[in-house]
Amino acid sequence: MANPNGIGASVRRREDQRFLTGRGNYTDDFKRPNMTHAVHVRSPYAHARVLGIDPADALAMPGVVAVLTGADMEADKVGSLPCGWQIHSKDGSPMKEPPHYPLARDRVRYVGDAVAVVIAETREQARDAAEMVVVDYEELPAVGSSTRAIDGAATLVHDDAPGNVCYDWHLGDKAAVDAAFAQAAHVARIDLVNQRLVPNAMEPRAALGEYDASSGEYTLTTTSQNPHVIRLLMGAFVLGIPEHKLRVVAPDVGGGFGSKIFHYGEEAVVTWAARKIGRPVKWTADRSESFLTDAHGRDHVSHAEMAMDADGNFLALRVSTLANMGAYLSTFAPSIPTYLYATLLAGQYKTPAIYAEVKAVFTNTSPVDAYRGAGRPEACYLIERLVDVAAGVMGMDKTEIRRRNFVPADAMPYQTPVALQYDTGDFAKNLDIALPLVDYPGFQQRRAESKARGKLRGIGFATYIEACGIAPSNVAGALGARAGLYECAEVRFHPTGSVTVFTGSHSHGQGHETTFAQIVAERFGVPIENVEIVHGDTNKIPFGMGTYGSRSLAVGGSALVKAMDKVERKAKKIAAHMLEAAETDIEVKDGRFTVAGTDKSLGIGDIALQAYVPHNFPLDELEPGLDEQAFYDPKNFTYPNGCHVCELEIDPDTGVTTIVNFAAVDDFGNVINPLIVEGQVHGGLVQGIGQALYENCVYDEESGQLVTGSYMDYCMPRADDVPSFTVRYHEDQPCTHNPLGVKGCGEAGTIGAAAAVMNAVVDALSDYGITHMDMPATPEKVWRTIRDATPALAAE
Amino acid sequence: MSCTVSMTVNGKTVSREVEERTLLVAFLREHLGLTGTHVGCDTSQCGACVVHVDGRSVKSCTTLAIQADGATVTTIEGLAAADGTLHPMQAAFREHHGLQCGFCTPGMVMSAVDLVRENPNPTEADIREGLEGNICRCTGYHNIVKAVKAGADAMQGAQAAPVAAE
Ligand code: FES
Ligand code: FES
Repeated sequence: MANPNGIGASVRRREDQRFLTGRGNYTDDFKRPNMTHAVHVRSPYAHARVLGIDPADALAMPGVVAVLTGADMEADKVGSLPCGWQIHSKDGSPMKEPPHYPLARDRVRYVGDAVAVVIAETREQARDAAEMVVVDYEELPAVGSSTRAIDGAATLVHDDAPGNVCYDWHLGDKAAVDAAFAQAAHVARIDLVNQRLVPNAMEPRAALGEYDASSGEYTLTTTSQNPHVIRLLMGAFVLGIPEHKLRVVAPDVGGGFGSKIFHYGEEAVVTWAARKIGRPVKWTADRSESFLTDAHGRDHVSHAEMAMDADGNFLALRVSTLANMGAYLSTFAPSIPTYLYATLLAGQYKTPAIYAEVKAVFTNTSPVDAYRGAGRPEACYLIERLVDVAAGVMGMDKTEIRRRNFVPADAMPYQTPVALQYDTGDFAKNLDIALPLVDYPGFQQRRAESKARGKLRGIGFATYIEACGIAPSNVAGALGARAGLYECAEVRFHPTGSVTVFTGSHSHGQGHETTFAQIVAERFGVPIENVEIVHGDTNKIPFGMGTYGSRSLAVGGSALVKAMDKVERKAKKIAAHMLEAAETDIEVKDGRFTVAGTDKSLGIGDIALQAYVPHNFPLDELEPGLDEQAFYDPKNFTYPNGCHVCELEIDPDTGVTTIVNFAAVDDFGNVINPLIVEGQVHGGLVQGIGQALYENCVYDEESGQLVTGSYMDYCMPRADDVPSFTVRYHEDQPCTHNPLGVKGCGEAGTIGAAAAVMNAVVDALSDYGITHMDMPATPEKVWRTIRDATPALAAE
Repeated sequence: MSCTVSMTVNGKTVSREVEERTLLVAFLREHLGLTGTHVGCDTSQCGACVVHVDGRSVKSCTTLAIQADGATVTTIEGLAAADGTLHPMQAAFREHHGLQCGFCTPGMVMSAVDLVRENPNPTEADIREGLEGNICRCTGYHNIVKAVKAGADAMQGAQAAPVAAE
């Protein structure tokens, strides 16, 4: 009988009990004896020289323990925050990688750049005192946007990055693309902006540093998606603490979406300060600080062109993108607009030649790095908008032009012209499932009905593919990653048959404590209650790479399978010994080990007990214990793909857009827990819809001031802004190269949704001759666009 | 300046000497160690901090502790029955996967309970509008809406049950 809590079951989440009763343990919930509180003093200027810092008044405030600055860190030889990925420019030169100190030394480069930290008995006291730190700034001209950064007259954000260029990179066969364009019957063109977003996990970042003088050990508790990576980066590069003296714990984490992958300066500050003052130091961001200092996402300005033959077959794609890195390089920033973006520009199409150029620039804004989807939503948005423009150029139906150009399922595995090899996918099938969900044939009639009511109705498609399960270490290394990207797992059976799994993956909402336990329950037939999943503590788990890029199941889950394989092999040996049979005669099913053709069998529980209390093991061949560890490095990326369709209605009088139907059809390979997978899709869709209709991180170009620094100015999607969804998936195309056949589902919603919504918005506005509009399609922007496109109205 | 604040929190009478400017959320988290109530913003927008004061939902990040002096306060820790049985709304969130990272959840559940108190039979639109003061970044609200509807039905049922038994 199938395990009711095994693979494929919508097991209700085990972590929910603590979250629903207020017993989660988030970083800010921790209190330590003698703990102090840190508040950072941050630059109010986007660009300034720091001439001096006078802490005297602050030090005289009640409860203040210390005021520390960049000079103190320099004296203690604290290093720069390292960057984990190196890109080389077209000319072969390495990217510009200016230092990024946890506390700025002589110059600040964005509003929010920290110059000092005040440590006091209470948070309120630290906050009061932070106001009293006198910083002497000499303001410098600021660069508030990427387009401004490359304007020849722009100030330099870093003196050693001429023209503010970090790198000028390219991918693909330029000559082949130029030749194809020379012969093209038709060309579709688009200019678009993929606006900057603030990830906005609901739990603000926090960090608690501790130092034990008796053992010389440091502990950092932090809001991180990958504690081992933080330990490596902070220990080896910033603070010079060897790994065996540094423990990093990421407890319950309240959402990440990429923003909690990176090593941030505050983590180093509290860890270093804890030793300096001899007391634990806790820092928790308030939301305003999160807006200013969390790594932001997206921020691309692009031009793209598609060459087609007379029948609308794609011949070549040419893309040039300007990417904003912000003031400093965040941990993975350089890889996002390159290897996670340009490599995805083939999309679902068999375009034979592709060439992409990406120029990354420094500006006086918060650093930009991975945000849910990271590069792939930007690629999908660009291609899918361009394909809609191409359909317009050709006068073709938007589904038809896609179908005509899809990589056919029987062409898999398919080598794209931009480095990736797709292993599986049936793109036409996704579309076939989606069309009836939105009654596509009935759309024109619904459009006419809307029109009769004075409303504009549009339908938009996004057929996306992404590369997940990051990554094969050799590929990542060849692409510039400074570390391999495998994952680890340890499966420990206890004498009485319960199991503890240690995984390097980290759960910050994904529900691993449930899904990973399902995988173990399925394999060994143990009750799910007897399986504990441990993650997020470098003192407990083997070195793991953490969770991002929809990699937990594809990479971490595969490591778990590998460790279970080892456990099973060992258990088989023990069973053979106990049953006095040959190992080759032992058959294994659902955790029972049976001598073939007999009724002699043992459960995994009996074997576990014997493993720990052996009396007569043949010790030369069989060690006691049942505890195995594995590291898994994937052979390829995984390629989730799907078709998202959005139908919406616009009120031309107010510019308000209302989504009336949204269907998402996805291929995630095999699914472990449908309930959790659907939840991931819902959440992703709303982040994509948020980008399309609401969210926009705005800096003033002149001053570099953040204009949208709170929930009053940055519009987060709320319950009454979004619809319910129709979500479907199929399991016909499992991943071919990992043992679970899984592809990953964490980012899909965000990747498909923004493009589907914007294609629908533009479709709705097509009667006005509008062929493109940049995100977000706020009521004001939609209203103005309609007005400007209507000669009679514009003339009024 | 400090002052004495007393209130009943989750059925227990508490009294603490605090600074006058102490917010209710800080009183709960820092002074009482009730860390289930969260802080997600500093502009009274996100609703992570919602608790019940005298039975009505209140954003505890925008309420001074002293304003709740003498009041009866229920936090997420006090919602389940004494024997640990989840409140029907908590149970519905679990059943319908209405939470992911769990950070918005305490505020979301407390708001939902108050929403149903005011409107025992909410439609999807009522629920969406009623939760407008609570931001969730993880779930896309789809399953929260389902959970609140189911929770509302279950709360109705729970209220109807004793009547039927009489
Ligand atoms: S903490 Fe955001 S509303 Fe109270
Ligand atoms: S569950 Fe994470 S913010 Fe709502």
